[in-house]
Amino acid sequence: MGINYLYPPFEIIRNQDRCIACRVCERQCANLVHHYDEDKKRMTADESLCVNCHRCVSLCPTRALKIVKTDHTFKENANWKTEVIEDIYRQAQSGGVLLASMGTPKEYPVYWDKMLINASQVTNPSIDPLREPMETRTYLGKKSAKITRDGEGRIITSTTGQLKLDIPIMFSAMSYGSISYNAHKSLAMAASELGTFYNTGEGGLHKDFYQYGKNTIVQVASGRFGVHPEYLNAGAAIEIKMGQGAKPGIGGHLPGSKIGEDISATRMIPLHADAISPAPHHDIYSIEDLRQLVYALKEATRYTKPVIVKVAAVHNISAIASGIARSGADIIAIDGFRGGTGAAPARIRDNVGIPIELALASVDQRLRQEGIRGNVSLVVGGSIRSSSDVIKAIALGADAVYIATSALVALGCHLCRTCHSGKCNWGIATQNPELVKRLNPEVGSQHLVNLLTAWNHEIKEMMGGMGINSIEALKGNRLMLRGIALHETELKILGIAHAGQ
Amino acid sequence: MDGCHQRIPLEGAFRNSSGCAISGIIDRSGKRFTAREAITSISVMHDRSNGLGGGFAGYGIYPEYKDYTALHIFYYSSEAKRACETFLEEHFDLINLSKIPTKKHPAITDVPLIWRYFVTALPTKLSFSQLDEDEYTARCVIRINREIEGAYVFSSGKDMGVFKAVGFPEDVGEFYMLDEYEGYSWTVHGRYPTNTPGWWGGSHPFSLLSYSVVHNGEISSYDANRRYIEMYGYACTLQTDTEVITYMIDYLHRRMGLTLEEVSHVLAAPFWSTIEQKEPKEREEYSYLRNTFASMLITGPFSIILGFKGGLMALNDRLKLRSLVAAEKAGRVYFASEEAAIRVIEPEPDRLWYPSGGKAVIVTLDSMQEGEEHGHQLSVSAL
Amino acid sequence: MKRIYVNEMWCLGCHLCEYYCAYANSGIQDMVKALKDKQIQARITVEQRGTISFAVNCRHCTEPLCIKSCIAGAITSKDGVIVIDQSRCVLCYSCIMACPYGALMPAREGVMQKCELCTTNSQGQPACIQGCPNKAIVFEER
Ligand code: SF4
Ligand code: SF4
Ligand code: SF4
Ligand code: SF4
Repeated sequence: MGINYLYPPFEIIRNQDRCIACRVCERQCANLVHHYDEDKKRMTADESLCVNCHRCVSLCPTRALKIVKTDHTFKENANWKTEVIEDIYRQAQSGGVLLASMGTPKEYPVYWDKMLINASQVTNPSIDPLREPMETRTYLGKKSAKITRDGEGRIITSTTGQLKLDIPIMFSAMSYGSISYNAHKSLAMAASELGTFYNTGEGGLHKDFYQYGKNTIVQVASGRFGVHPEYLNAGAAIEIKMGQGAKPGIGGHLPGSKIGEDISATRMIPLHADAISPAPHHDIYSIEDLRQLVYALKEATRYTKPVIVKVAAVHNISAIASGIARSGADIIAIDGFRGGTGAAPARIRDNVGIPIELALASVDQRLRQEGIRGNVSLVVGGSIRSSSDVIKAIALGADAVYIATSALVALGCHLCRTCHSGKCNWGIATQNPELVKRLNPEVGSQHLVNLLTAWNHEIKEMMGGMGINSIEALKGNRLMLRGIALHETELKILGIAHAGQ
Repeated sequence: MDGCHQRIPLEGAFRNSSGCAISGIIDRSGKRFTAREAITSISVMHDRSNGLGGGFAGYGIYPEYKDYTALHIFYYSSEAKRACETFLEEHFDLINLSKIPTKKHPAITDVPLIWRYFVTALPTKLSFSQLDEDEYTARCVIRINREIEGAYVFSSGKDMGVFKAVGFPEDVGEFYMLDEYEGYSWTVHGRYPTNTPGWWGGSHPFSLLSYSVVHNGEISSYDANRRYIEMYGYACTLQTDTEVITYMIDYLHRRMGLTLEEVSHVLAAPFWSTIEQKEPKEREEYSYLRNTFASMLITGPFSIILGFKGGLMALNDRLKLRSLVAAEKAGRVYFASEEAAIRVIEPEPDRLWYPSGGKAVIVTLDSMQEGEEHGHQLSVSAL
Repeated sequence: MKRIYVNEMWCLGCHLCEYYCAYANSGIQDMVKALKDKQIQARITVEQRGTISFAVNCRHCTEPLCIKSCIAGAITSKDGVIVIDQSRCVLCYSCIMACPYGALMPAREGVMQKCELCTTNSQGQPACIQGCPNKAIVFEER
């Protein structure tokens, strides 16, 4: 076995005075950390296996458990931090790429937290959402650039497909495969109830979920898994996935071990074959090619469904977005680099791309400068964590936001960031039937509905405070934001003034 | 706009909120009358202004030049005047030019040079530009205001004119000797800015081509509206609500060809819940307008009186967070922020009412044919 | 009448329901004190084979065989809730033989115990339902 250089990062503290030896922790930990010692008649644990997912902690009926960070330490070094050293050990041992999941945990600036929201005082009244109507309905899609009238002078009101959102929040793409059947079902049910949309991700649409079609966005990614005419027509919109914030520029890999019968049927690939999404779409090597795919999909759906193009936020995102806005796409979705993933090379996740706040601000500004902001709607994702993040995103110029990590957290995810292990104790990022059933969609969807209902209340409350009673009047209303502790360049990119100005 | 105007900080250097008083009168028979009643009406609401801006817009005041654009311009230096006149000569035929007559008034100080030009677009330039005349004129005006320092065009319509200054509106009326002008409609504005820009261009009405707007309120959608309308070539240099509202009306009415009624369905779109209760055809139209021009929805308190060729339109925000009163007497229609401001000039109107929030009151001259304006103008609606 | 229903699809076999039941019926305020180092006496039992598990407790049948079988008249129906008067139980096990669900079992005190839907303890609401992490058992009218 050789030397093990790695010390377990967590310690499991069990209060033996409280432990009633119910063995719930033992039954619930898929990492086999806890076990009952018959001789000692007490519970013990192998902390080296623990990933700190809190399943045992949450279920322990006597609150006998807690997980703490080990205080075992290297000699302190500001440059050679523990994680840096340990990554080297890992790679020296494995010779492989380091894998990681969820969004980057590194300490990058979170610009949402450096923006403050305005409220009315004296010169303009705030509005009480409990007394006055407060509208959060949003339509996504191309806005017509000219008015046409019929013979009698009435406006011709036909529009190309528009997505109607009762709240400006959608669930972003997570494939069936990367997350479980029950997680998908929870999202689908919640989207229907909330009057918004969830997104199939690149894994196709399970036959059971066609019934949620009018609240579904179907994705077409580079692997083209599960794409067929019926699929394209099943949803309310089609999303072409060009990139993902957590791993711009690279594809995806769902290991064969996760490709069970259902997934293989849904993805239309052989049982237990690895599902590999290439880095680029091999039929899109330029913006003209993208245009062709956009129109191919529109043809396939007889121009009834809006087409979304999803890209990762990278350095020249505004130029890219401007190209997409002219490609015939109806909606651009931008995924910031703090966005989550089921599995990505850690170095890419932690180092490639740019924050969504800056990407959004510059794309919105650029599209306005070019006079084509009305051609497309903008949806942003990549770490939207609360209703105030939503408000800030819309004030910067987004039409709506995509959430994924927040949704998973609502389903129970504790951000242990080991999705790639396939042993999610919360039944979310796993295909193991024993674990999958831990997520009862009835419970899960209710949590999602609760979360977004709560956010919507808060959004209305904040809008009312600003004296705004319709979400469209907040869109791009950057005067409602002020920066705090930001320098000149950041303020300029965000297009906002500093607090106090 | 900076540098040569007298006081710092200038209008446009920051966003200035203000409370205000507005008033408007139209004689539907087209009979022309002086600004005296407008002056009397606004003076009743003296306390709603603070002497930091007032102004008038009169329609039908230049019958002898009605086919020419009347440019009213403030100059803050003779260089500015020279530069601007050079620009005008390059782009227009100057039919007539003169100083706008004024009378010294103790309360009106820091007076700039105030000139008036009756112009028509140079035919060669116009055809070369491939624009229609209105668009050509609008672009020239926006260009002067953005690029020629110390020159500011504050009125650019036909057979109409804006007269404004820093001061109480009644004093401004005396200063410009508005008793000597006769028009079929007048609007007037008294301003209560919450800080002191003291710049004449920043007073209201705000005007582009023949549209003029007086407005009372502070809109919370300002930056959403501004950033959207600026996509279409407008430059909101003053950072005032009135400016952005005027541009949106110009865009929707003149450039998109919406009727004023339809414009009001964009600016003060009904709530979705209200739209949903309408007849299917209407519901579609309302939804279409609201969705297509979502970024031009105005939220927050406002009441505006729009002056346009041949009529007035009064519009309140959809929650009616600002007062607005209308009255009618024998062919005359009155609008004002306060009832008293109407009663002082018409003590016994045939009818006096409070237009409901979001519902436009559009009054046009009896002589105006349906469809004479852009789009499909209704003669009188929602009365 | 509201009854407890099982959905084995969502039962995780975690046995939490048993512990909450035992606690609820212990009469002790503190769970640790009630259950630590004790053989628990739950009125709900998790049945398990392979990957299937589900919790079983008294069905509160409309035609309760246990009532018919009890020779001491200790079991009665109180508004549909089948309750047992432990002071009258003579420990004959007739009910155990009669109940098709195995819902009765001897308590530590040596007499029979059964689920009384937490109507006779301080809970008021079935404790197992509240303790189940996955809504695998529900308390509802059907
Ligand atoms: S992996 Fe999760 S369930 Fe297992 S011991 Fe650690 S925190 Fe508890
Ligand atoms: S779940 Fe809690 S009480 Fe039960 S065995 Fe584990 S630590 Fe002990
Ligand atoms: S608590 Fe719920 S999930 Fe756990 S064993 Fe009992 S019924 Fe099953
Ligand atoms: S209802 Fe109460 S007594 Fe019956 S099984 Fe559940 S916890 Fe036990």
